[in-house]
Amino acid sequence: MHELLQLIVTGLVIGSVYALVAMGFALIYKSTSIINFAQGEFVLVGGYICWWLYTMLGIPIVWAFLLTMVIAVGMGMLLERLVLRPMIGEPIISVIMITIALATVLKSLVTILWGTQIKVFTPAIFSQKAIHFGTVLVSEVYLWTFGFAFLFLGVFAAFFKFTRVGISMRAVANDQQVAQSMGISVKRVFAISWSIGALVSAVGGLLVGNINGINITLSDFGLKVFPAVILGGLDSIGGAIIGGLTIGILENIMGSYLDVYLGGGVKEIAPFIVLIIILMVKPYGLFGIKEIERV
Amino acid sequence: MPLLSVNNIEVIYDDVILVLKGLSLSVEEGQIVAVLGANGAGKTTTLKAISGLLKTEEGEVTDGTIEFDGEKINHLDPELIVRRGIFQVMEGRRVFEDLTAKENLVAAAHTQRCSRGELEKRIEQVYHYFPRLKERENGLAGYLSGGEQQMLVIGRGMMAKPRLMMLDEPSLGLSPLLVGEIFEIIVKLNKDLGTTILLVEQNARMALNIADHGYIMENGKIVLDDTTEKLKNNEDVKRFYLGMTDMGTKRSYRDVKHYKRRKRWLT
Repeated sequence: MHELLQLIVTGLVIGSVYALVAMGFALIYKSTSIINFAQGEFVLVGGYICWWLYTMLGIPIVWAFLLTMVIAVGMGMLLERLVLRPMIGEPIISVIMITIALATVLKSLVTILWGTQIKVFTPAIFSQKAIHFGTVLVSEVYLWTFGFAFLFLGVFAAFFKFTRVGISMRAVANDQQVAQSMGISVKRVFAISWSIGALVSAVGGLLVGNINGINITLSDFGLKVFPAVILGGLDSIGGAIIGGLTIGILENIMGSYLDVYLGGGVKEIAPFIVLIIILMVKPYGLFGIKEIERV
Repeated sequence: MPLLSVNNIEVIYDDVILVLKGLSLSVEEGQIVAVLGANGAGKTTTLKAISGLLKTEEGEVTDGTIEFDGEKINHLDPELIVRRGIFQVMEGRRVFEDLTAKENLVAAAHTQRCSRGELEKRIEQVYHYFPRLKERENGLAGYLSGGEQQMLVIGRGMMAKPRLMMLDEPSLGLSPLLVGEIFEIIVKLNKDLGTTILLVEQNARMALNIADHGYIMENGKIVLDDTTEKLKNNEDVKRFYLGMTDMGTKRSYRDVKHYKRRKRWLT
């Protein structure tokens, strides 16, 4: 029992980062209908940039953090303007190929710039000291990660619910033509969606980077996001968050209980087994929107 | 000078389908103008040409000009046209289903650089005209009744404080009682707020009762235009749009042939 609780708590922490990245993915899908295969590379780039600013350039962490966010927003906007906007109206397969190409390019750029060795944030930002919660042990860095991930999730949830820009973004996701008829610029909403998508992923990257250090495999995060968003329903932002948390917990529990019997590696494949099961049983996910039918 | 003047426009969809063939109409400030016509006559296309939404669906104004307040607007993007004060309330009550009624109103004020207080004031104004929306303000718009959705889309139009509001078949699929209610409010908008209204309708009787001027469209052209008083007394309009015969009796099947012949002659 005690072990299970421990697994749930650590799973929740990683899950909160999945949730953050999944939210970015769902947001881009919801407002632009583009499946972004480069989401994991946004995580990678975010992690590396923050590490570079902090460890290599010696910028204080608060500024490095903020600067990473600014750069991520700029990157999202630039990619939307230069790469994705010209693709509006092109066949879906071309757009998907573009995001896959984007993923490869970003990954290679990171390799060219920083190599493939594991990089660690030095000096460490958060201590690894364990804190006791009853019988459960949680290290400080995990708490910070969880806290920040939830801070961002909360801020964006409030943004979509209460601000006028947020509401207009949801309006575009709901019906583009009507949104245009009221003067909402769809192009601008696309640009904002990509910036937020890049921003939350970059934050996810620097948070995870703080736990384990970063190397090129950080981009695998992007793959883990698929089970999360499909569990939650592709076009539901709330669903993406819950999906992320669930996948985080599930992979942790399955990994630790089944590794003994299967000889390791279960943690890596667990989310994808879940993915296949969801697609068979509940293809719209838990919160995927089916059209509202009035009766 | 009219507030809106459409001069001899031609609209082509998909580079081949000619929908409007030299259409002209004008709307004076403060008027209610009705455009009547059968299905497929091009009424909605006319509105979309004016609001610029044609550009979102492979349509294009290939000839002629559209002028609003003396300035040519036919090349502008829809959002710029909204900013100039033209708001199209689209056909079929297209509410944002996943947003609440109130959020629908907030989204509609997107072009308005107004403070929170001003925004709330405008929402209150909409509720003043449509008290039923206030009761449902936090409910998802997708679950409102048809009448409430129509009220909501007109309310959205009010949020943008347009000089010209274009309504596309507000009576579509509503009960006669509700249609009466909606039309009363359209008149009130026109009288109280001074909003100029361009109304596209199938319900010719209702439309002619509230409008000052009417246009009759067929096959992408205006075939008749006059003050509504005169239109209501025009024999052809009476027969084809108001469904009345000379004696006020029902028509027999023999007249159907005659109807077709007359109609062909009319175009």
